[in-house]
Amino acid sequence: MARPLINVPAKVKRGQVFEIKTLISHIMETGFRYTTTGQRIPRDIITFFSCSYNGEEIFSADFYPAVSANPFLTFYTVATESGTLEFKWIGDNGFSETASVPVTVE
Amino acid sequence: MTGSLPRCLIVAIALAACVASANGGDIPLDQRRSGYADLGRDTKAMQDDDTSNPATLWVLDGEALWNQKAGSANRACAECHGDATASMKGVAARYPAFDAVQKSPIDLEQRINLCRTERQNATPFAFESHELLALTAFIGRQSRGMPIVSTDEKLKPAIEAGRKLFMQRIGQIDMSCAQCHDDNWGKHLTSSLVPQGHPTGYPIYRLEWQNLGSLQRRLRNCMIGMRAEPFDYGAPEAVALEAYLMWRARGLPVETPAVRP
Repeated sequence: MARPLINVPAKVKRGQVFEIKTLISHIMETGFRYTTTGQRIPRDIITFFSCSYNGEEIFSADFYPAVSANPFLTFYTVATESGTLEFKWIGDNGFSETASVPVTVE
Repeated sequence: MTGSLPRCLIVAIALAACVASANGGDIPLDQRRSGYADLGRDTKAMQDDDTSNPATLWVLDGEALWNQKAGSANRACAECHGDATASMKGVAARYPAFDAVQKSPIDLEQRINLCRTERQNATPFAFESHELLALTAFIGRQSRGMPIVSTDEKLKPAIEAGRKLFMQRIGQIDMSCAQCHDDNWGKHLTSSLVPQGHPTGYPIYRLEWQNLGSLQRRLRNCMIGMRAEPFDYGAPEAVALEAYLMWRARGLPVETPAVRP
């Protein structure tokens, strides 16, 4: 039941710097742990995140095993035009999740 | 040799202090505080904002489960209980509650599973499963901000049993819950602050767990720390202890789903 939670202000003024908050459910299994019977638990993490604003990438990040479960990311951008913010998460075992949120610039 | 006498004295004084504080008794009602009060600024902010509180992910899944048909009765929670924001308001604030059919107190997780087996003809969820935590968090969320209520006379025997368990020294370390949470709250156990141990926000998102967990998981966690054999999930002792803790926290606001370190 992986699903992202995105928090972006509904309306922003042109030129304003605004905050984008994202949260996604993911176990972020490090690959360094073992079961009680000594079997290695395979790595299962998100490896890449990106956010684009009207098609232009404004933020991206590579994730590594030290990132905690249910990664929460917050970053800023400048309001230029009304449009959409598109979010993408890619990970191990073919994990892929996308989301998009409209932004209204006044 | 010269240093040995003062050292004996120090040990004797420390022991005397321990005995004295072990008789400290209940925390006065006006001195009770939720663990929230002792959180860092960041963790408080995380709990307060639904979009940064990771437990929201479970609450949303719980909402989906609430409206999803289940079992051979092919019935959703919503078909009997309707809109949870109205029907479940205040429910989590009064659990564990006495169940007339079972003739024993049951906690919210057990209530959900009873509904599943009896009303939906579905298999009960496993304790600490994603589904059970999600539904519990969703139902608990409807009581956020409401005071914990523990007035049912029929719960009294369970609360008394829970109080005995709380005061009982257990495990290889031979400690009771009360020695930390009644007598020494506000002090430190290594670098961690000892809280009063009020169950105001369960199920909680515990950063250490990187997961949501129930009150029973937290109790088992403490018992393992005391080198005691933890109660099984759903054991009558565990429910009695939960009932006592809720009585002890009566009047404090529900914070579900809370975030704790």
